[in-house]
Amino acid sequence: MQQFPCPFCGLRDEREFHFAGEAGKTRPDTTKEISDADWTTYLYYCTNAKGPSREIWVHTTCQEYFVMTRDTVSMEVLSTEALNEDAA
Amino acid sequence: MSGMRIKDAGLIDPSKPIKFTFDGKAYSGFKGDTVASALLATGIRVFARSFKYHRPRSVWGAWSDDPNAIVDIALDGISYPNCQATTTALAEGMEVRSINAWPSAERDVKGVLDLAHRFLPAGFYYKMFMWPDWHLFEPMIRKMAGLGTLEKEVSDQFQSAILHEHCDTLIVGGGPAGLTAARVAAEAGKSVTLVDDHAELGGSLFSMAHARGLNASDWVAEQTAAIQSAGGHILTDTTAIGVYDHRMISLVTDRGLGTAPILRKMRADHVIIATGAIDRPVTFVNNDRPGIMSVDAGTEYLARYGVRVGEKIAFLTNRPDVSTNLEQLAAAGASIDIVEAATPHIQAIGTKSITGLVVGGKSISCDTVLASAGQTPLVHLWRHAGGKLAWDEDRQTFIPSAGPDWMRVIGAAAGTFDFDVAVQEATAVALKAPAPPRSIYKVTPLRPDLANKGRQWIDFQHDVTLKDVALAHRENMVSVEHLKRYTTLGMAGDQGKTSNIAGLSAMAELKGQSIPEVGTTTFRPPFVPVPLEAFRGTKRDRQMAPLKRLALEPEHRALDAAMGEYGGWLRPAWYGGDDEKTAVVRECKIAREAAAIMDSSALGAIEVIGPDARDFVNFVYYNTMSNLKPGRIRYGFMLSESGLVFDDGVMACVDDTRFIISCSSSHADAVMAHLEHWRQDSFDPKRVHIHDTTVNWSTVTIAGPKASDIVAELGVLENLRDFPHMSLRFGDFEGEEARVARVSFTGDTSFEISVRNDFAATLWRKTLEIGKKHGAGPVGAEALTVLRAEKGYILVGKDTDGETMPHDLGFGAPRLKKSAAFVGDRSLHSEKANSEARKQLVGLIVKDGEPMLPIGAHIVRNKDGKRRSLGYVTTSHYSPTLGRPIALALVEGGEHAMGEPVDLWHLGQARSAKIAASCAFDPEGARIDA
Ligand SMILES: [Zn+2]
Repeated sequence: MQQFPCPFCGLRDEREFHFAGEAGKTRPDTTKEISDADWTTYLYYCTNAKGPSREIWVHTTCQEYFVMTRDTVSMEVLSTEALNEDAA
Repeated sequence: MSGMRIKDAGLIDPSKPIKFTFDGKAYSGFKGDTVASALLATGIRVFARSFKYHRPRSVWGAWSDDPNAIVDIALDGISYPNCQATTTALAEGMEVRSINAWPSAERDVKGVLDLAHRFLPAGFYYKMFMWPDWHLFEPMIRKMAGLGTLEKEVSDQFQSAILHEHCDTLIVGGGPAGLTAARVAAEAGKSVTLVDDHAELGGSLFSMAHARGLNASDWVAEQTAAIQSAGGHILTDTTAIGVYDHRMISLVTDRGLGTAPILRKMRADHVIIATGAIDRPVTFVNNDRPGIMSVDAGTEYLARYGVRVGEKIAFLTNRPDVSTNLEQLAAAGASIDIVEAATPHIQAIGTKSITGLVVGGKSISCDTVLASAGQTPLVHLWRHAGGKLAWDEDRQTFIPSAGPDWMRVIGAAAGTFDFDVAVQEATAVALKAPAPPRSIYKVTPLRPDLANKGRQWIDFQHDVTLKDVALAHRENMVSVEHLKRYTTLGMAGDQGKTSNIAGLSAMAELKGQSIPEVGTTTFRPPFVPVPLEAFRGTKRDRQMAPLKRLALEPEHRALDAAMGEYGGWLRPAWYGGDDEKTAVVRECKIAREAAAIMDSSALGAIEVIGPDARDFVNFVYYNTMSNLKPGRIRYGFMLSESGLVFDDGVMACVDDTRFIISCSSSHADAVMAHLEHWRQDSFDPKRVHIHDTTVNWSTVTIAGPKASDIVAELGVLENLRDFPHMSLRFGDFEGEEARVARVSFTGDTSFEISVRNDFAATLWRKTLEIGKKHGAGPVGAEALTVLRAEKGYILVGKDTDGETMPHDLGFGAPRLKKSAAFVGDRSLHSEKANSEARKQLVGLIVKDGEPMLPIGAHIVRNKDGKRRSLGYVTTSHYSPTLGRPIALALVEGGEHAMGEPVDLWHLGQARSAKIAASCAFDPEGARIDA
């Protein structure tokens, strides 16, 4: 079982966390014209990096979302940081 | 003569006899025995029948590596299927039954299958699945396949503790190397945990001490005392079953048959693997016959259990280090023959027990063969942790090479078979120093004799022979992973502990390659079979998903409510102790003629607060919420980003910075998570807060033509003037705040009154008391689902599916008109969202006198004799109000097919109906603000 360091609560078991998406995905401005292809890319396409991957996770017990960089091959957690830099 | 007990030998306690039965006959053993050692001591040889061919089987090993001796055991009236006889401690009153055998292992009727082996070749199952028709073979295969038998009397009171632990140094294996490492690490000041799967520490020492002039028990006691006095922690009967992500090692402590094991999730900074090695079988004709055991097993049975496995013993091995084994068995009175295992054309004679070997045409008479084609280090944990293996040509096996820096392998598990070197190695590794060089150890390579006629077993537990491997090779299963799956080699409960190298060796011979070129298969946890309860721990039944309880539950029970689970809440289903049908008809009548009094506390109540709250709710709702005025309520949908209906419900605006979202009662947690996601992703979390207040409030709903009279008399509001449907007011009840919302889930005039939980019972009783004068009464969840269905009000997840968008439910305006961004907006304009063929929510009416439509019945179109589904029935009830069945359905193009007849099909039965509006009762909405 993996252990993830929540930036707010510290090291906790993976059961307390949910994956919420890859980091760096910005929601397109939907008040403007967006092609089907661009919207589909936003909705469904992931980098699915082999190796270091920047991801958004939520610690379900404190409900805070944060950025975690982890190696998808070795499962090593490289870093975690608050989503908004002044949130912590 | 086969097995017998030798006086004063072994670690058993002869002063404590234990009675048990095997296939109905009474026997006795001693404290310290396993089921296998006790049976062997009585002279029994055939313990079980094999999986596929029902061949008589005894034991190969003396511990967890044994693939053969699987038994069903009943103890204190409870059955435990598929127990390993070699690892199960004998207990008083055990009723042991051989598996796969009827009437007994000795006289198995299905043994005739062995004669039909030609019809069960490798890949049999795969071929039969494809041709001619699996169903022809299924009953036969089901009857024959599998091992033990499940009985009705299984234990349900089996609850494992799951513990989380940590130490500096974890040592797995309490043999000479493991004990030494634990002592050195503990004395160096490390916090040490030493685990061993036997009840007695010592490992292979018991079978090798004899020749070293050591008293094994004394040596073990000395090490144990030193470890404990240095603060080390020792766990016996404990198996390290696997290494998982982030260095977690699962330890399972066996507490005897009938008692749940303990699971420890151990995290250690430094892990030392000292799990030893096992003998692997020699591949020759009839090498599975009872009486053929491993060299180490023969010695272990004597050294640990005082059982001499045979009288005339032939050693068939390439191992250079068996002299201590020979000496001990000879000292116990056995006669010994030594046979060169590399001789071609070896065959065992005898069926239920061997009577001899034929070696290169020469007969040797013996009752027991102790065989070994070399030792295989137990490197499972090393492999789980990502450690690599390298082929060692001298040892003819794979040994650990590069791997994680926090794990080291020592002793026989590392290929260090010599006692003195293993002790030096353990001492060095315990202090994280480099290991000394190993001594030279060379075995003669043994390759399977392909020319030998007759069946030669590779995998005993799954009945895989050399011929099966050859067939797989002929049928082009070139990868070792293909070979494994095609023949099922190594896929039995023992996971190929003994068969792996033999299988690789056979494949190498067939392909003309070396074993390392053939490669190895993956090692996966658990190392031994583990009862599933160990993983479940306390997470069972209600502990897995605790019920949410209403503050008013005692009130409901006092009214004889039938309680049921609805979306995780225990809610009153109906009242009065009647049967469901009678109660639902009565409660619907009360609701439509007077007023329903209901407990709505389970509805989610999520508050959105802050200067950006209005922007936030406008973004997370499909419907425009930016213009919702204080004191007003609006019905709306939340969508997922892919445009699908995620939840529906009403939202009230208290003021510009405070909104109260009412969501489906089963959905509050998911809605909360959904809202948090968008709040933290797309908003300034300092300017909008979300708080789930569901459990802080109790809500009593009064709905029906008499609702206004009742609420007026309750006096929570000064008056009910200018309080239209879909508005919110704050009043007081007994001096405390009472929130009153005019919202309706029945289609009648309706008030939801929310108060603090501790005022709920008073409010409930007072409402019932006043209501009674007006003919109103309590109404449960079942009647409510009928009332809402009469109005065509949906339940998300029941009347919607994974394709439903809001315009499929008749709410198309925001999609076309809302200009601000909202979750899911762009997805509502995809090609699919614009399709003519979308399923839309409609009502269905059946002909007079016809029964209700079944939920799930398909609306079908018949074309060219084929039925195509256009949708299905989502809700179906008998409406007491209308005196006829009502139904809701999702139907392709349903919105434009009002009044049209449709055909339905359900489990072979045809029905017909007419499409109607989803609202079947009071379509003008005259009653809602009456
Ligand atoms: Zn946290």
